[in-house]
Amino acid sequence: MIKVQIDGKEYEFEREITILEAAKKVGINIPTLCYHPSVESIGACRMCVVEIEGSPKLHPACVTKIKDGMVIWTKTERVERARKVNMELLLSVHPNDCMTCDANGNCSLQDLAYKYQIKEPRWGVRLRNLPIDDSHPLILRDLNKCIQCQLCVRVCDEVQNMSVYSMVDRGYHSLPQPDMGDKLGESSCVSCGACATICPVGAIVEKPSIGKARWWEVRKVKTTCPYCGVGCQLDVYYDPKKNEIVRIRASEEDPEINDGVLTCVKGKFGYEFVSSEDRLTKPLIKKNGEFVEATWEEALDYAAEGILRIKEKYGPDSIGVISSAKCTNEENYLMQKLARAAIGTNNVDHCARLCHASTIVGLAQTLGSAAMSNNLMDILKAQVIFIIGANPTENHPVYGARIKRAVRRYGAKLIVADPRKTELAKMAHIHLRHKPGTDALLISAMMKVILDEKLHKEDFIKERTTGFESLAESLKDFDMDRASKVTGVSKEKIVEAARMYGEADRAAILYAMGITQHSNGTQNVMALADLAMITGNFGKEGTGVNPLRGQNNVQGACDMGALPHVYPGYQKVSDENARKKFEEAWGVKLPHEPGLALTDMFLSPQIKALIMMGENPAVSDPDSQHVEEVLRNLEFFVDFDIFMNESNKYANVILPAVSAYEKDGTFTNTERRVLRVRKVLEPVGDAKPDWWIIKELSKRLGYKMEYSHPSEIMEEIRKVTPIYGGVTYGRIEKKGLQWPVLDLNHPGTPILHTQGFSFPDKKGRIKPIDYSLPKEIELPDDEYPLFMTTGRMLYHFHTGTMTRRVKGINEIVGKAYVEISPEDAEKFGIKSGDVVKVSSRRGSVLTYAVVTDRAQPGVVFMPFHFAEARANLLTGEILDPESRIPAYKVSAVKIEKVEGAEKIEPPDYVKRIMNRN
Amino acid sequence: MKEIRICAGGACVAAGEFAVKGALVKALKDKGLLSEYKIIETGCMGMCSRGPFMVIDDVVYSQLNQSAVKEIVEKHLVGGQIVDKYLMKTPEGKTVEKAFKEHDFYKKQVKIVTRNLGIINPKNIDDYIERDGYKALEKVLKEMKPEEVIEEIKKSGLRGRGGAGFPTGLKWEFAAKQKSDTKYMVCNADEGDPGAFMDRAVLEGDPHAVLEGMAIAAYAIGAKKGFIYVRAEYPMAIERLRTAIKQAKERRFLGENILETDFSFDIEIRIGAGAFVCGEETALMASIMGERGQPRVRPPYPVEKGLWGKPTVINNVETLANIAWIIRNGWQEFRKYGTEKSPGTKVFALAGKVKNTGLVEVPLGITLRELIFDIGGGVPNGKKLKAVQTGGPSGGVIPASKIDTPIDYESLTALGTIMGSGGVIVLDEDDCMVDVAKFFLEFTVNESCGKCTPCREGTRTMYEILDRITKGEGTMEDIDTLEELAVVVKETSLCGLGQTAPNPVLTTLRYFRDEYIAHVKEKICPAKKCRDLISYVIDPDKCTGCTACKIVCPTKAIEGELNKVHVIHQDLCIRCGSCMDVCRFDAIYKVTPPLKVDTKV
Repeated sequence: MIKVQIDGKEYEFEREITILEAAKKVGINIPTLCYHPSVESIGACRMCVVEIEGSPKLHPACVTKIKDGMVIWTKTERVERARKVNMELLLSVHPNDCMTCDANGNCSLQDLAYKYQIKEPRWGVRLRNLPIDDSHPLILRDLNKCIQCQLCVRVCDEVQNMSVYSMVDRGYHSLPQPDMGDKLGESSCVSCGACATICPVGAIVEKPSIGKARWWEVRKVKTTCPYCGVGCQLDVYYDPKKNEIVRIRASEEDPEINDGVLTCVKGKFGYEFVSSEDRLTKPLIKKNGEFVEATWEEALDYAAEGILRIKEKYGPDSIGVISSAKCTNEENYLMQKLARAAIGTNNVDHCARLCHASTIVGLAQTLGSAAMSNNLMDILKAQVIFIIGANPTENHPVYGARIKRAVRRYGAKLIVADPRKTELAKMAHIHLRHKPGTDALLISAMMKVILDEKLHKEDFIKERTTGFESLAESLKDFDMDRASKVTGVSKEKIVEAARMYGEADRAAILYAMGITQHSNGTQNVMALADLAMITGNFGKEGTGVNPLRGQNNVQGACDMGALPHVYPGYQKVSDENARKKFEEAWGVKLPHEPGLALTDMFLSPQIKALIMMGENPAVSDPDSQHVEEVLRNLEFFVDFDIFMNESNKYANVILPAVSAYEKDGTFTNTERRVLRVRKVLEPVGDAKPDWWIIKELSKRLGYKMEYSHPSEIMEEIRKVTPIYGGVTYGRIEKKGLQWPVLDLNHPGTPILHTQGFSFPDKKGRIKPIDYSLPKEIELPDDEYPLFMTTGRMLYHFHTGTMTRRVKGINEIVGKAYVEISPEDAEKFGIKSGDVVKVSSRRGSVLTYAVVTDRAQPGVVFMPFHFAEARANLLTGEILDPESRIPAYKVSAVKIEKVEGAEKIEPPDYVKRIMNRN
Repeated sequence: MKEIRICAGGACVAAGEFAVKGALVKALKDKGLLSEYKIIETGCMGMCSRGPFMVIDDVVYSQLNQSAVKEIVEKHLVGGQIVDKYLMKTPEGKTVEKAFKEHDFYKKQVKIVTRNLGIINPKNIDDYIERDGYKALEKVLKEMKPEEVIEEIKKSGLRGRGGAGFPTGLKWEFAAKQKSDTKYMVCNADEGDPGAFMDRAVLEGDPHAVLEGMAIAAYAIGAKKGFIYVRAEYPMAIERLRTAIKQAKERRFLGENILETDFSFDIEIRIGAGAFVCGEETALMASIMGERGQPRVRPPYPVEKGLWGKPTVINNVETLANIAWIIRNGWQEFRKYGTEKSPGTKVFALAGKVKNTGLVEVPLGITLRELIFDIGGGVPNGKKLKAVQTGGPSGGVIPASKIDTPIDYESLTALGTIMGSGGVIVLDEDDCMVDVAKFFLEFTVNESCGKCTPCREGTRTMYEILDRITKGEGTMEDIDTLEELAVVVKETSLCGLGQTAPNPVLTTLRYFRDEYIAHVKEKICPAKKCRDLISYVIDPDKCTGCTACKIVCPTKAIEGELNKVHVIHQDLCIRCGSCMDVCRFDAIYKVTPPLKVDTKV
């Protein structure tokens, strides 16, 4: 115990915390300007100075640690004089323009000027008269207001790990500048906006928020980001009078997820779609090929009649139900309940089929639990991070930043296996640049090295797993030379990576779509599970096999059983006991057979009607021409969405749903953490939350659902879903819980498999891997000589329905492009900016080329967000036989320059990421 | 072979040492004597205002040029006659033959740090070795344990000569006790105080003394890697250090397995980029690591968390130059000089209104009076001593009334100033104390890194107030504000730069407040220094009408015909003082307050 006296009172503290923290704990407020809990304190502003008895100097409380016996005075005359003089000094260069300043009402400087009642410094004001930096579409910098606290510099360096800002020049000329220049819009900025979030004054502000509302006019609601699976906790500020979001900042409350300050460009700035004029505000019924507005009663009755008609005509299994990883747990739960209980089919699935179906199958078979084994925070404890087939700095940007932090600040070694030279690949200690589709082979080669060099952990294997012998046997005759040749990675590099991974005490595997979206995706996933098991990398911090989930609630939608073969909590529909339990809980007989997977719904003639919620398969699913064909030919099609899109234009009824900012509920993020989603705005027009729509539809289908609030649905969920057994809204009010949460007293599970794997015997199942190339793979040939891979890029999300409605984001990147290597570009006579036609056996799209060494020779890459240049027109319907996931990551294409077309200048951001080191 | 030494210190090089050496070689060749003499280019000989120097058999010739050298060769070397006119003179005008032994400037000096300066060729390691160089390192490596080395330094009482005076042995001990696989030894050679050049003289004149000191320190604390952080403005020092490191490595005084022992130590030079604040140890470390050179809060101190988070000892050049001497001669010998709390010597750069200027190494504890009058020869031109400024921009002024104060860390601090790196500027009655404060503040304003508020904005605001006062625009409130600002900047600044920046203001306010008041209330500058508060006037009784002033005046403010009394038009005069400098009849004088514009006198 450390005993200190603060302002005449004795206190005891357990740890050697700073004076500032100690004072805060006992309710003493010490003024600060350059302090923020999310970054290292540097004691620059000197507002927090205090007196310590026995020391002649004044000491900054933010960086001075308490010591036993310390006597601290926080507001003596001497201290207050020092603070007041320093305030005067700051105000002597600060424009007194609070009336038009966007920080007015939320400005630390203003608050302290008020506290110390400084109208004007005694020596007058001399302004900097600097031009305003208006170059960035989303962030405005007015350095006339800068108080040189360096918070922007620190957050960009320490948390975002981009180090865009640095202090330039010295003395009173020193100012934070991007890339040593003075224009943010021309810098390496990734637009995360953390600088605007952290700026204590109005020097860096969110441009779209300017002039929208004063700080005292807005209200704040904490919620979960609706974009990727990281689940950033956001403070959403909205104007209740205009029912409009004004700005979004990271919540300081959950540093474990987004460091209390970090967002990515999508989370922070991608909210304009909510108030878009394109929002669906009234139910629409298609009459004579045209959509006409209807009342809810009419539309719901019409929808229900249509579904019942089909059910009657073809039976319940002729109906497909497509749920959504964008919707809440409660809605997904109701959607699968609608399918199973109200309609009587297991034909329910959602877009996880397209991203992590192979994870669900692969990890369930090996670890018994299909989710990230560790959590987002403990990556900082990893000695080695092995990333394969994932590009987190663009697709999970906030987590990507933390990975960079682990490498830059915590000394982790980084291995990246990726055909593309991504940002992390460039940063990696080892980049294994393998050929698309050779993942299982590459991982097997690493395992071969580990076994040959006896780097595997025999004790762990013996005590915690079964099946090792079969793996060892399968690798006995493994041909390293052939593996090297086929993967395109030198033997030395494979050995080096295997040693680095194998020798570490704590090594974490992170993977995403580069592993799963293959026709052997399940084998890839199992290979990773094997690799981690034979090296004992489970059950401790900084280890594990960690699939990065792409959508905000793809984890939750799976957990909720929006899958054709399992009920909520991965209880198998084929398991009689499980079925009985649900029949009892839901009061109806349930179908026995697993239903059709999403991909199969589009392939099987069995499906005559669809009920779809918040998905856009015509852009997101492979071979979208075929998908459109199927949608067009459906006999009946009900869709709930917030926008009209490429898919629901074929619907018979469109029911206007609300966005995540207009409803309550929960999302489960990639680390299995159940997080609250809170209603910020009133729904636009007559739009309704999806859970309400499902409930009303179900009623009309003859199965009653009675809920007045999503929390009631969660009560039902937790009773039938053991892993959610202890989840209630009350418990996750402040902080989310990580499943399994077995009962109301269970604290949640930050790390899985600490005691054993999720099988009755607690033993992990090591499986022999089929490391031959996928049997069904579209290899390049003379006609289509290139591999194409697809994926996301930083500024956009999925089918673009949200991000492409955000003005500033589209100013930065607004068009589709194709990445092509300099070698291929030369071969096909293509230069950066050339308009090109990319074609596969299924179709062709027009886009423009970006020549970059990010692309591997022989492989081109296209982002799939852009409906007008749909990458998925080119991808094929080759599926993984085990998980039915499409092989998005390998299609054969050709690329031709479109003669006569005007060149397109790639935007700065695209040019930069292509060359970033 | 006989030896001729030529000073190749920075000042003498600037004064034409190359040409002097060239002339010497030529003259010797002409006389056929070249093979009989060995010419040694040495480090700084001390009295820099009198260079270039040449020493033949202890006879010191000063202020040389090519023809002087030719004459000395002819008369002294061939004819055996000492050439009087190039000998050094005492302030009284007496010539001194063996100046380094007999001249007052040198008599009271004790040479520990500067032991080899003026004697050896810094580019030749053999010269250093010949004068017991690297013997201390050998002794340490072969006979002493690291703890014993630290004990020896602790007992010597050596304190950091960079200015703060932290006990060196203690610093080493802290670092030695840290458990870490990697430690660093850094030499702070970022000498930046205006007017201070003792470190430069040592680096240029005896670089091996620094390397040996570093190697001993590295052995004591357990470091394998060292850095010398030297400012880019010292190209000659950098070049000589490079040569010295190369030679030391060849002789195995540096590098792997030094002197066939298990101890390995390598030194890398890092060059500064012109920021004064990088002399502050935490900023220096940031700069070495490639980061922006800005200080950070201590603790943690560098001995705990220094370069790349590892324990790091940072010692100043002069401190390190003491080490080998102490090891060789023992701590008792070192303690024979100086005082109980401040043992040993200190090198000072004596400058300003003093007859003998240059570098002097004296035992600590001698009084300012001894330094200024006995060594410095007093104030020239019959002027009165007004004050002494020590410690450069971080220091303060000491009034003439206190010049019997002994020079040691504590006594100077008690007077409101600091020892600092050893700059001593003598001020006489012509120096305005407000102007002196303003001069130093201008320096700190330009050198503040900008990280903390008080230093960034406070020094600038203080400078602006001082500027107003020197222009006669100040108010009495300004003086109060200035004092309050000075206290707050001192109390709340992050690093030493800001914490000491107000010292020139605080000490001048403490000892010369009346001068401030005179500037404010009477709008006069008592020292007649502040341009806006003075006028230049021609005394009609003394003016001979020579027109010299009229010719030199840059603004054509002086009117007058040949042999008639001239006048200065005050409206045109910019008070540059050129007229006064050229007047041979003392006919121009200054008045304060200034005359009203348009008045002709």
